[in-house]
Amino acid sequence: MEWTETLVRNEVRSFLETNWDAYKDLLEWRNKLIDAGWGMPSWPERWYGRNMPQSLQSVVAEEFARVGAVSVARTGIRLLAAETLLAHGNDAQRERYLRKILTGEETWCQLFSEPGSGSDLAGSTTRAELVGDDWIINGQKVWTTSAHHADFGLLLARHDWDVPKHQGLSYFILNFHQEGVEVHPLKQMNGHASFNQVFFNNAKIPRSDQIGASGDGWQIAMTTLMHERRNAGNIFVEARRRGDFNGPIYEQEAEENKILLEPYTWYPQRAGRVDLVLPRAKATGAINNPAARQEIAKLMIMSRCAEWTALRARAAQQQGQPQGPEGSLGKLAGSNIARQAAKVHTLISGVDAIASGEDGPESGIIAEILLSVPAISIAGGTDEIQRNIISERVLGMQKEPRMDTGPFKDVRKN
Amino acid sequence: MFAFTDEQLQLRESVRRYLTDHASVRRMRELMDDPIGFDRQSYQGLFDELGIGGVHIPEEYGGAGLSYVELCIVLEEMGRALYPSPYLSSNVFAANALLLIGTAEQKAEWLPSISSGEHLATVALYEESNRSNVADIKQCVTDQSFTGTKTFVLDATVADVFIIVARDGPDPISPLRFWLARPGDANVHCAPMQSIDTTRRIGTISLENVQVERLGEATSDTNGFDRFIDFASVALANEMVGGAQWLLESSVEYANNRVQFGRPISSMQAIKHKCADLLLEIELAKSGAYRAAQAIAASDSAYPIHASIAKSAANDAYMQAAADAIQIHGGIGFTWDNDTHLWFKRAKSSQVLLGTSEIHREQLLDRLDLLEAN
Ligand SMILES: Cc1cc2nc3c(=O)[nH]c(=O)nc-3n(C[C@H](O)[C@H](O)[C@H](O)COP(=O)(O)OP(=O)(O)OC[C@H]3O[C@@H](n4cnc5c(N)ncnc54)[C@H](O)[C@@H]3O)c2cc1C
Repeated sequence: MEWTETLVRNEVRSFLETNWDAYKDLLEWRNKLIDAGWGMPSWPERWYGRNMPQSLQSVVAEEFARVGAVSVARTGIRLLAAETLLAHGNDAQRERYLRKILTGEETWCQLFSEPGSGSDLAGSTTRAELVGDDWIINGQKVWTTSAHHADFGLLLARHDWDVPKHQGLSYFILNFHQEGVEVHPLKQMNGHASFNQVFFNNAKIPRSDQIGASGDGWQIAMTTLMHERRNAGNIFVEARRRGDFNGPIYEQEAEENKILLEPYTWYPQRAGRVDLVLPRAKATGAINNPAARQEIAKLMIMSRCAEWTALRARAAQQQGQPQGPEGSLGKLAGSNIARQAAKVHTLISGVDAIASGEDGPESGIIAEILLSVPAISIAGGTDEIQRNIISERVLGMQKEPRMDTGPFKDVRKN
Repeated sequence: MFAFTDEQLQLRESVRRYLTDHASVRRMRELMDDPIGFDRQSYQGLFDELGIGGVHIPEEYGGAGLSYVELCIVLEEMGRALYPSPYLSSNVFAANALLLIGTAEQKAEWLPSISSGEHLATVALYEESNRSNVADIKQCVTDQSFTGTKTFVLDATVADVFIIVARDGPDPISPLRFWLARPGDANVHCAPMQSIDTTRRIGTISLENVQVERLGEATSDTNGFDRFIDFASVALANEMVGGAQWLLESSVEYANNRVQFGRPISSMQAIKHKCADLLLEIELAKSGAYRAAQAIAASDSAYPIHASIAKSAANDAYMQAAADAIQIHGGIGFTWDNDTHLWFKRAKSSQVLLGTSEIHREQLLDRLDLLEAN
């Protein structure tokens, strides 16, 4: 079927008119959505979708928002897991996991980074050994967001140490509910503890939970990362304004969010909270300080131009034009904006910038911005790694000489 | 709204092809020593072959009747090629003054001959008092007569129609208006000024008791000057991002070929990261420039905000690209024979023309405030 905006709008509308009911149970409603294909309409029909072009997703979202309909669960890492399964999983795995990702019954995390390998993800030294029908996992992951309430993890681990590093990796689904897995929260510089250390001590993974074949790990991880970068910024926090709508389903949703979104309460702050700049500059009078005005204007210009750049990328994509460089720049632009915002908030606040919690401006939000912005240049691939990617893939510049070729066991490690 | 249409992409393509064929760097270097400073034949080809003499001028006045977006596409390509010609001064600035402020008769009298290249017109903005902030103009017209000197007049020595910006009467707060001096007036004296940017000619014009004609009615609104400057800034910003893009591309190409320490310098992060940062800054500036052109084309009342954003972002991106391009080229980048300095000089002349970034940033906040107040 050829989807058009009108067709999509009419179909969603009539579906919602017949089925949406804020007095339904959240789980029951989500299962209905999943069966109807309106939870993830861009997914294939075989897997709870409607094969709809990505570009029409916003129409569906608009219609949901219009009547205040709750959608499937989308927060956190769950959609990265789902996309990875759709791309590389087998049908049994999709059957087992996809639905409960969307209902919100099961929560996922991303077990990629390790103490010895962060930017250099392919340097993983978490060990995977096949014993009988189980993979036995030993090693450690770190910076794992949401591991403290995860049911499953996307795990990258090494099964072969005798081949070059990218070839010896495999990709698994790790069940957290077992003895061999231990999670220790890590306190961050901003006082939150949204990421964790995860230790594996003979943790078990049934063979059926390996995604792809042994040696495919790197390629599959790239799919996960591609989705992470593509969704950078909006993946974690769904803006939900339920203002005018009432019904028990919203209470269920709020209850769920309290747990699922807890690690992400500071994420808007790490992006710099550009929205607070002008109102605060006016309230404090900093708007009359010529030096502050220059920095504020720089921030406004950066942030508006970045918005327009994202819109350009989207518009070109919708028109089927080849992807230009604008698409790869969002993450780095976001880092620059966040840093400039932190500078401006400091300028505006003066000594107030160090007052935190209830003693601080905006009930501590300003202090939280200043202490959260550093993360945006690290999480999901550092600014330096983004610059490597942009210069090599977009500008076609040469790669650096490598020191890590040959069998992985001979490569220098931490 | 944010994607170019197929027709617009075709326009870009055909201008780029034309300029590749007719405006090589070698030809440009010849023209740098030429008293006229541009190639009349290739300039005339813009009208006869490409039909872009009056891209945004309505068809009734001999133009192509397209929008400001198409005009800005043409300018971006000219900026990329560093095409030396009176296009900006005559076909854009002077045409804009007439379009924005002129009466129907004035448009009918002058726009067709500007769109066909028969007349070269220019707008004389600068004088002693407004070197930093272009609005600080002091000279005035009294009784339809102007005596004074204007400086930094684009293409002054080749233009034959002069549009002078001056106050309407001796009162220092009387409105700024645009006044046209007809071709052939013996009391208009032009002289070239030396500029670091020999691809964009400037000069002085001195007028002595020259009878001038006011553009528009005496009662017409007094925002004409601001509007003119905003439209001009957006045009210039689009030209600038084209030049910045050329600098980035030539730097990347050089870095891929230049070998030091047994490997291309483009494999070194100090060079790669500079280029990645530049790409980001240039793409943001392009978005600002494109958005502002769209705002003007769509008669969006917020266009002054977009104009300030566009010029400021383009200033910073172009200068950064120019400075980095020289650095990436090393010693050769500092030579006359290497082409980088030609774009560097254009970046500098564009940066200061119509306001540095500081001025536009200050203006931006004022304008955001105004928008909110309304
Ligand atoms: C808030 C937060 C949440 C996170 N959540 C998760 C998660 O859920 N799951 C997960 O797996 N990981 C997560 N991470 C980890 C994150 O992906 C890594 O921290 C990041 O990739 C950097 O790795 P690293 O910390 O080992 O630093 P390193 O890789 O050691 O980098 C140290 C410095 O060296 C630079 N560097 C390294 N290599 C290069 C190079 N080739 N060229 C130039 N410079 C280089 C880096 O840019 C950086 O400045 C999270 C991190 C943060 C801060």
